[in-house]
Amino acid sequence: MIASIEPTTTWYLILAALLFGIGSLGVMVRRNPLVLFMCVELMLNAVNLSFVAFAVKMGDIGGQTTVFFVLVVAAAEVVVGLGIIVSILRRRPGATTDDLDELRG
Amino acid sequence: MELVVFVIAAAMILVGAVGVIVRTHPVHCALSLILTLFGIAVLFIEENAQFLAAVQVIVYAGAIVVLFLFVIMLLGVDGVEDLRVEPFKIQRPLAAIVSVAIVGLVIAAAVSARNAFVAAPVISPQVAGAADAGAHDANIRALARDLFSNHVFTFELTSALLVIAVVGTVLLSRKIKAAP
Amino acid sequence: MIDAVWLIPALPLAGFLIILVAGRKLGEPKSGYLATTLIGLSFLVSVGVSLDLLSKDGEDRTHVVKLFTWIPVGALHVDMAFLVDPLSISMCLFVTGIGALIHLYSIGYMHGDPKFSKFFLYLNLFAFAMLMLVLGSNLLVTFLGWEGVGACSYFLIAFWHTRESAATAGKKAFITNRVGDWGFMVAMFLAFASLGTLNYLGINGAAENGSLAKTTATGIAMMLFVGACGKSAQLPLYLWLPDAMAGPTPVSALIHAATMVTAGVYLMVRISPVLHVAASWAPTLIAVVGVLTALFAATIAVAQNDIKRVLAYSTVSQLGYMFLAVGSGAYVAAIFHMITHAAFKALLFLGSGSVIHGMHDEQDMRKMGGLRKWMPITAITFIVGWLAIAGVPPFAGFWSKDEILQFALVKSPALYIVGLFTALLTAYYMTRQVMMVFFGKARWEDAHEEHGAHGDFKPHESPPIMLLPLVVLAGLAIVLGVIQLPFSHDTEYLTKWLSPATEFAETSVDGTWAYDNRFVLMAIATVLAIGGIVLGVLVYNRHKIKAVEPEVLAEGWYYDQTVTNFMGGPGLESFEGVNWADSHIIDGAVNGVGEVVRSTATGGRHVQTGNVRNYAAAIGCGAVVVLAYFVVFRGIL
Repeated sequence: MIASIEPTTTWYLILAALLFGIGSLGVMVRRNPLVLFMCVELMLNAVNLSFVAFAVKMGDIGGQTTVFFVLVVAAAEVVVGLGIIVSILRRRPGATTDDLDELRG
Repeated sequence: MELVVFVIAAAMILVGAVGVIVRTHPVHCALSLILTLFGIAVLFIEENAQFLAAVQVIVYAGAIVVLFLFVIMLLGVDGVEDLRVEPFKIQRPLAAIVSVAIVGLVIAAAVSARNAFVAAPVISPQVAGAADAGAHDANIRALARDLFSNHVFTFELTSALLVIAVVGTVLLSRKIKAAP
Repeated sequence: MIDAVWLIPALPLAGFLIILVAGRKLGEPKSGYLATTLIGLSFLVSVGVSLDLLSKDGEDRTHVVKLFTWIPVGALHVDMAFLVDPLSISMCLFVTGIGALIHLYSIGYMHGDPKFSKFFLYLNLFAFAMLMLVLGSNLLVTFLGWEGVGACSYFLIAFWHTRESAATAGKKAFITNRVGDWGFMVAMFLAFASLGTLNYLGINGAAENGSLAKTTATGIAMMLFVGACGKSAQLPLYLWLPDAMAGPTPVSALIHAATMVTAGVYLMVRISPVLHVAASWAPTLIAVVGVLTALFAATIAVAQNDIKRVLAYSTVSQLGYMFLAVGSGAYVAAIFHMITHAAFKALLFLGSGSVIHGMHDEQDMRKMGGLRKWMPITAITFIVGWLAIAGVPPFAGFWSKDEILQFALVKSPALYIVGLFTALLTAYYMTRQVMMVFFGKARWEDAHEEHGAHGDFKPHESPPIMLLPLVVLAGLAIVLGVIQLPFSHDTEYLTKWLSPATEFAETSVDGTWAYDNRFVLMAIATVLAIGGIVLGVLVYNRHKIKAVEPEVLAEGWYYDQTVTNFMGGPGLESFEGVNWADSHIIDGAVNGVGEVVRSTATGGRHVQTGNVRNYAAAIGCGAVVVLAYFVVFRGIL
């Protein structure tokens, strides 16, 4: 009987929303820069999930292509972002995001 | 059957996600992230995006998270972060509100539009040629066809982007030698 | 010759400039003769212009001689131009004529003063300003002259500025005048706002053809009257004139008898059409203020002991008569009285100056007496002036005063009675003055013996240069009545001469009881004048009746003290209150806006924490807002 229930697109979208919410919560709460970055990755993955769900629903392969590109760009972004973090933390070891407040007005 | 797979994958995803934001040790966070990524890969396969699942595991879990771990080891930012302390009093309540709002709004939108589109066959009909349809690598064929005909320009730009990113990062993070 | 009218003010201006540059080198007495000559030439030009006007017909006697465009700014178009008509030329004639005589007199009076050249510098500047005032064809040129004579009055009153009384009096004169000037300025604003012009011909023209609204006319006339009150020393702005006697006597004669104080009367006559179309209470108010001032000043003059102060209050009183005439619609009579008053008041002041000079700077009448033996010519000319002001026929003062009283009776019997009583007082106090100074016991002998005088003190007659103007003025005081004799309309030469300027507004007294019985009125006035003289002789010469000089009159009904107390007390507090309001409320509003901006910015600054997580939270909030918009309003829900 349970096998007859099929997960619909809406379930995937809800799951993606939850993942996105958890990721955004993490971004706003965690102080370690690397963990913060990982939470950004969570958000990106949530988006990927929703794109693929729509690709299935609409019957359009364009959703998967988009995910492809998102993956590539996310990789590039991680590279650059970690490079920046390395540069900063090399000079200031043990710094958290709260310590990087030179833009304070 | 699909339901069971979905539930297990969803559990993996959510547990991993919560683990990322809750664990204090960065390495633990990275490992939770891997769990989440694997869950997402399972769901990709479920949705007939096999190529993406493979790429997800190889690139995301295999390269990006490894990169994270390398940096953690390199910089030694594995100090335990104290999650009980929050310097800005308003931050946590605000974060909670924002997250809940986003989640709620998106779920509301998704639920209310659940009957908006006609269900389509799982395999994309955008398959040129009957030879592709039904083949065991139909997904990758369709993806390739779409990528190299509709998005070839973007594809080229993306390769340039990767090169630029690598070069830029190398420049950004080199140590400047002191002048003699 | 009319086009050369600009020479009339230009010659004294040239004198001013020459003495400014070379006065110290010229020295005494050349700078004095230079100044006198220039004014004399100005007088000759005035005579020439008036002869030219006489040769024309009555209608053709109004000319405007434009020098240049002064202020061409948008809607405001003001020319530096002179209005040459019988009224302004008559003013020029007696300003320059009497001015020349006084200049001549001053050469003798100021002999030996270290600032001799400076005196003539200011006198010429004053003459220039007065002539601009009189000849101006629009309110702004007149205002230029108006302010100029005010400034010169200050310079000349405070001429001996090392004396405290002189310096204070100069300031008082200037400040009181300024209060009047406010009225003048408001009138100019009103005229410009309602008529778009400051030209006399334009304003009077609008009044004559009915395009000037009654309320506007009343406003303009009343505001100009406020200015005239300040300049011509009417209640309540007369305070400065008695104190102005601290200046040299020729100054008192020129400015405070003959010319500057008459500027107010001239102004009212000049705008007579406006006054004519104003509300009917306006001229009545002017007449009442005039007659009350006349009475008020005459009562004070009865108890003054300084020879010049009596004459000062007398001037205030006679100016009151002139305003009574203006208010009763007798503009010609006002000008007539102005001319005769200029002659005999200048004569009286110069005579008193001669007395002061001969008594070695003694001004207290109680220390004089019996001076007619020692200063005969001064005495005779002073007596002529006395009879003129008292209103004894056939001297000039009688005719002019009588005409004013006649029009006053037509306006209202009450005004006539008060005016008549004041005439009686005038005769009385002037007789008092003459008796105390020239007749009776020589009290100066006792005074000087008390002081232990060094050597023989004898009063001496003044030098001829000072006596000549006295004689000329005495002659004028006798014969000037002939220009306006009331026997019939044909002998009223002045009315005919001034008609282009006054005929619109002049009240006609034909057919009134006062006009038909004018000889009766003349007889009444004569009887009162002689009665006043007799009374004065009885009190002060024969000592048959006790003198009544109560202190309240000697102190001027304590008016001066009241004003001082008010200004120092509640006046000062209210001014400080206004100052406080300005700095706290008005400035506070402006600064307050700046403060609000600053505090808002300072508060808003706290958003910039520099912290990434806070920024992320802000981005999240924005995302929620956008999402909410799409979900709620775009109909997804």
